[in-house]
Amino acid sequence: MASAREMRLRIRSVKNISQVTRALQAVSASKVRKAMAALIGTRPYATKAWQVLTHIARQPGRDTLHPLLTARAEVKKTLVVVITSDRGLAGAYNTNLIRLVLRTFGNWKNDVCFLTIGRKGRDLLMRRRLNVTADFSGLPAAPSFVDVSAIGRMVVQEFLDGRADEVYLAYTDFINMLRQEPVIKKLLPLNVENGDGRVENFEAVRTIPAAYTYEPAEREILDEIIPRFTALQVYQAILEAMASEHAARMSSMRNATDNAIELIAGLQLQYNKIRQQSITNDMLDIAGGAEALAQASQMQMAGGKHD
Amino acid sequence: MPIRCEIVSQDRMVYQGEADIVVLPGTAGEMGILPHHAPLLTTLKYGIIRVRARGEEQIFTVAGGVAEVQPEIVTVLADAAENVEEIDVARAEAARKRAEEALAKVKPGDVDTLLALEAALRRSNLRIEAAKRFRAGKKPSYEE
Repeated sequence: MASAREMRLRIRSVKNISQVTRALQAVSASKVRKAMAALIGTRPYATKAWQVLTHIARQPGRDTLHPLLTARAEVKKTLVVVITSDRGLAGAYNTNLIRLVLRTFGNWKNDVCFLTIGRKGRDLLMRRRLNVTADFSGLPAAPSFVDVSAIGRMVVQEFLDGRADEVYLAYTDFINMLRQEPVIKKLLPLNVENGDGRVENFEAVRTIPAAYTYEPAEREILDEIIPRFTALQVYQAILEAMASEHAARMSSMRNATDNAIELIAGLQLQYNKIRQQSITNDMLDIAGGAEALAQASQMQMAGGKHD
Repeated sequence: MPIRCEIVSQDRMVYQGEADIVVLPGTAGEMGILPHHAPLLTTLKYGIIRVRARGEEQIFTVAGGVAEVQPEIVTVLADAAENVEEIDVARAEAARKRAEEALAKVKPGDVDTLLALEAALRRSNLRIEAAKRFRAGKKPSYEE
């Protein structure tokens, strides 16, 4: 059995750990709230942009579709944008997403390359010798649209230049504080006809009787709006992933804190037992010593009388 | 009958309400949208959006974007938009200074940074100008 001193040290170190995990839990809780607010903030724009796109797509007498809206007959190369976190200590958050990505794209029918956002995902994919062509790790803690629009621009460029025939987004969907689910969604070509189920309330979508007047030309407007909308979808996915990351970290840290508290209780009990044991031993020693002393002086007294 | 007007930027809903006329800074020129306007799609340049309702005018800065006009609704999808009354002039001035300083240090050939900084500079200039000209208490001038 360990000595009382060792036990004390161990209890102290577990206590320190529990303080750290509790602090991290509190920090993550506030970050989740911020990420959620940012996510909700992008919804009006996304809804409106989607409506405008749908209006254009449903117009009578429309020209050929914009290249970003056209599915290619032959798909040779697939690009997957994988969004994970830069830091660990978030439970199974990163591994769950990577597992889904590997399961889906492990035996894909054509070439797959990856664009990673987040160090953890990049490292996990590179370790498996997968083709990571670009990496955007190290985003600011609360990215603004401007910070990530470059990623959207790059994805659009890859698609237009034919280096990718379709583009998927892999990220962790934030359902609520306790549930985050890894998902894979098609980003390009954009499928306007069906919607993607994420943009809610289509109440304002109407079929327009008259054709639009375009100022400048239709093509130029679509050139403006579709890449922007693609970038916005990437931005939203990043915000979803961030909210999920913080929520996952929060609950894993809560588990860690709970475990530490349990561990401390167990250790404390053991420590008390050891301490009690040593006190009992000391008492026994003292009592034994006193007994021996008493016997000795009795013997002396008896001897003295005898003298 | 008024026309509905909604201005959204990428991070929030900036304005929604009824209007008698909405004046937009289109790339091909400024345009006033009245109720029952024919369907129209236009890109926007840096400029000012005026929304007039019942004699009162609200003014917004817009840093480019797209506007969709339908007979009963105007939707502005702005890259960035702000009510003139909300502009923090001190912050805009600081941003302008930062952009100017950074612009002086850009390496030749670094086109991306250059463009980003120029855009930032244009944005802060627009905000400062708008705040100076259109703040409540000052009479708006209409020559542009």
